[in-house]
Amino acid sequence: MFDRLARFVTRTHGRGAPDWTDWLTYAYLLLGLLLMFGPVVWMVLSSFKTPAALNAFPPSLLPYGQAEARVEGYDKPLPLFRAKLPDGSTRVLAEARRIGLVATMVDPQHPDEQFRVNIGDRQPERRFQLATGNYTEIFGKFDFGVYLWNSVFITAVATLITLLFNAMAAFALSKYRFRGRDGVLLLIISTLMIPPTIILVPNFLIVAQLGMLNSLWGVIWPAVATPTGVFLLRQYMLTIPDELIDAARMDNASEWRIFWRIVLPLSAPALAVLAIFSVMWRWNDFLWPLIVLSRSEKFTLQLALNAFQGELTTQWNYLLAMTVITLLPVTAVFALLQRHITTGIAASGVK
Amino acid sequence: MAATTSPIARTSASVARALLDVVDVPMRALQRIVGVPRIGWMFVAPNLVILGVFTFLPIAIDFWFALTGGVELLPTHRPYVGGQNFATLFHCGNYLDPSTCDRDIFWRAVYNTAEFAMIQVALMVTLSLVTALVLNRKIAGRGFWRGVFFYPVLLSPVVVALIWKWVLQREGLLNAMLAGAGTTPVPWLLDPGWAFFWVVFVSIWAHMGFYTLILLAGLQAIPADLYEAAEMDAATPWRRFSRITLPLLMPNLIVVLVLGLIRAVQVFDEVFVLTGGGPGSATTFIVQFVYMTGFAEAIRQYGLAAAASLVLAVSLLVLTLIQLRLTRRRAEQGGRDVR
Repeated sequence: MFDRLARFVTRTHGRGAPDWTDWLTYAYLLLGLLLMFGPVVWMVLSSFKTPAALNAFPPSLLPYGQAEARVEGYDKPLPLFRAKLPDGSTRVLAEARRIGLVATMVDPQHPDEQFRVNIGDRQPERRFQLATGNYTEIFGKFDFGVYLWNSVFITAVATLITLLFNAMAAFALSKYRFRGRDGVLLLIISTLMIPPTIILVPNFLIVAQLGMLNSLWGVIWPAVATPTGVFLLRQYMLTIPDELIDAARMDNASEWRIFWRIVLPLSAPALAVLAIFSVMWRWNDFLWPLIVLSRSEKFTLQLALNAFQGELTTQWNYLLAMTVITLLPVTAVFALLQRHITTGIAASGVK
Repeated sequence: MAATTSPIARTSASVARALLDVVDVPMRALQRIVGVPRIGWMFVAPNLVILGVFTFLPIAIDFWFALTGGVELLPTHRPYVGGQNFATLFHCGNYLDPSTCDRDIFWRAVYNTAEFAMIQVALMVTLSLVTALVLNRKIAGRGFWRGVFFYPVLLSPVVVALIWKWVLQREGLLNAMLAGAGTTPVPWLLDPGWAFFWVVFVSIWAHMGFYTLILLAGLQAIPADLYEAAEMDAATPWRRFSRITLPLLMPNLIVVLVLGLIRAVQVFDEVFVLTGGGPGSATTFIVQFVYMTGFAEAIRQYGLAAAASLVLAVSLLVLTLIQLRLTRRRAEQGGRDVR
């Protein structure tokens, strides 16, 4: 089995042993793996550490916690230490109580046997332990559920509207010949050259005039008409044969029904690609929500993270847990749809 | 089928049917009035309204904001000041020394952005090209490796910044590794030079996967028989690269270069969370200047912010025109070259 694996990995330009360029290739790839995933893995591991472990320097790789043991005769679990005894031996003991610099310790197996240990002569016994409290406590302490809901709401609603509006426009621009059609297409595509960063101030005015400041709709509406979406869908709809539409017209179907019942279902692959993009754009959006949403109960996850990283400099454990939850959906989408995303981007040049 | 029995599927199916019927009534009436080809306008209308209100109208208002002063948001309440906002931005004793300027932060931001864009894009395109070449070799599990380099592209800028902030903080992973090697810890983000370095590094980390993907697609489109012919002529690997790969990849390289520049000039999100533009103004860029001037300071100077964003718009327009010109010329040449 290992033989097969080795042959698989060392497979080169057909025949012969791997030469030095192959080794270099794999060294490069492994370095890439370390650099690209390393920091993310480090963050996930850190998010399971207790505040004490996070403050330790140098940090440990895996999350550890103070080991504890239940000892007969005591109500609470007692913390375990590795203590050096006067006779020179080292034993794992539980701390029963501590007065000043001297701790009274017991053997977990034989609670009757007691030792008095100077706290300088002992090391906390560490055990692999996930501090899941980081994750459960953020919901109670920080309105994290509200931010999560705001992000989910914006992402879901904006994506649905984007799909509907862009598909309607793409349908008109691919299946009808009305006067001014090419002009409209050009107009929509030309907005690719107007990045949102240069119209921040006037858009703020418009959203304010529409009464959508500090409203999730103020984040949703301005970006639902994406030129990339229209372009992507139109290119796909051009491949749907017109005969299908003509046949439906013979059956006296209305144009809206044709769009809804024939063109939309047939465009499912392109709609899926646009849906993935839209979810990414919306979930990760930062600058525009930062300008529109200033009240904390309207914050999205990204805004909450940004606000907390200023305030919670001493509470990295919560900040890390929130960051991991924020990157979770994107990572799940990536793991499931990696091939579709990468081929979609390579084919369209869109991000 | 299992899908039809699930309540969610049933609900969404009935919602879809209801939407069909509700919209169908007015659309059918419209169709009777305007006729079939012109009903197309009804289908593009929602998109055009959104683009009109949130893209085309703002461009017009942008100019009005840039030409008016005061702190009012309502355009009718703003006094016309002509080119005064631009004069304020551009008034400098010596353009090479930002501290002699009226708005020294603006000029620092302009120089920072120019420096950032050139260094970041040059390094990122080189790295993307190397990575694409590596991924284009016959390697085991190419899909996986491609995913490895692409993964950070999907992360949000805030998450990217926090991941690296955690690694780079004073008692972070990097300093721990340095301590293991016997070096003293460095406050990476508190030193102007290092902060700029890490801003460039992190933005390359976050975006190079996207450009790698485009270049890889370009590499895979190069016909294999060209390389076979070169092999028969006993061409060296370097000759194969410089005579076949590089010329045929040039259109993709230009796209990547200009796209990278357009994005780099607009850099904001990751940097804002990672360094906040600091220390001092070492990592303050133009978009952050617009944001601070228009939205984050106690006195909101919308006019100045709009003027600065128009300066940004001009530089983006120039970049786009360069791209169009280069890609068109390349397309004409490419047409000849292949034959």
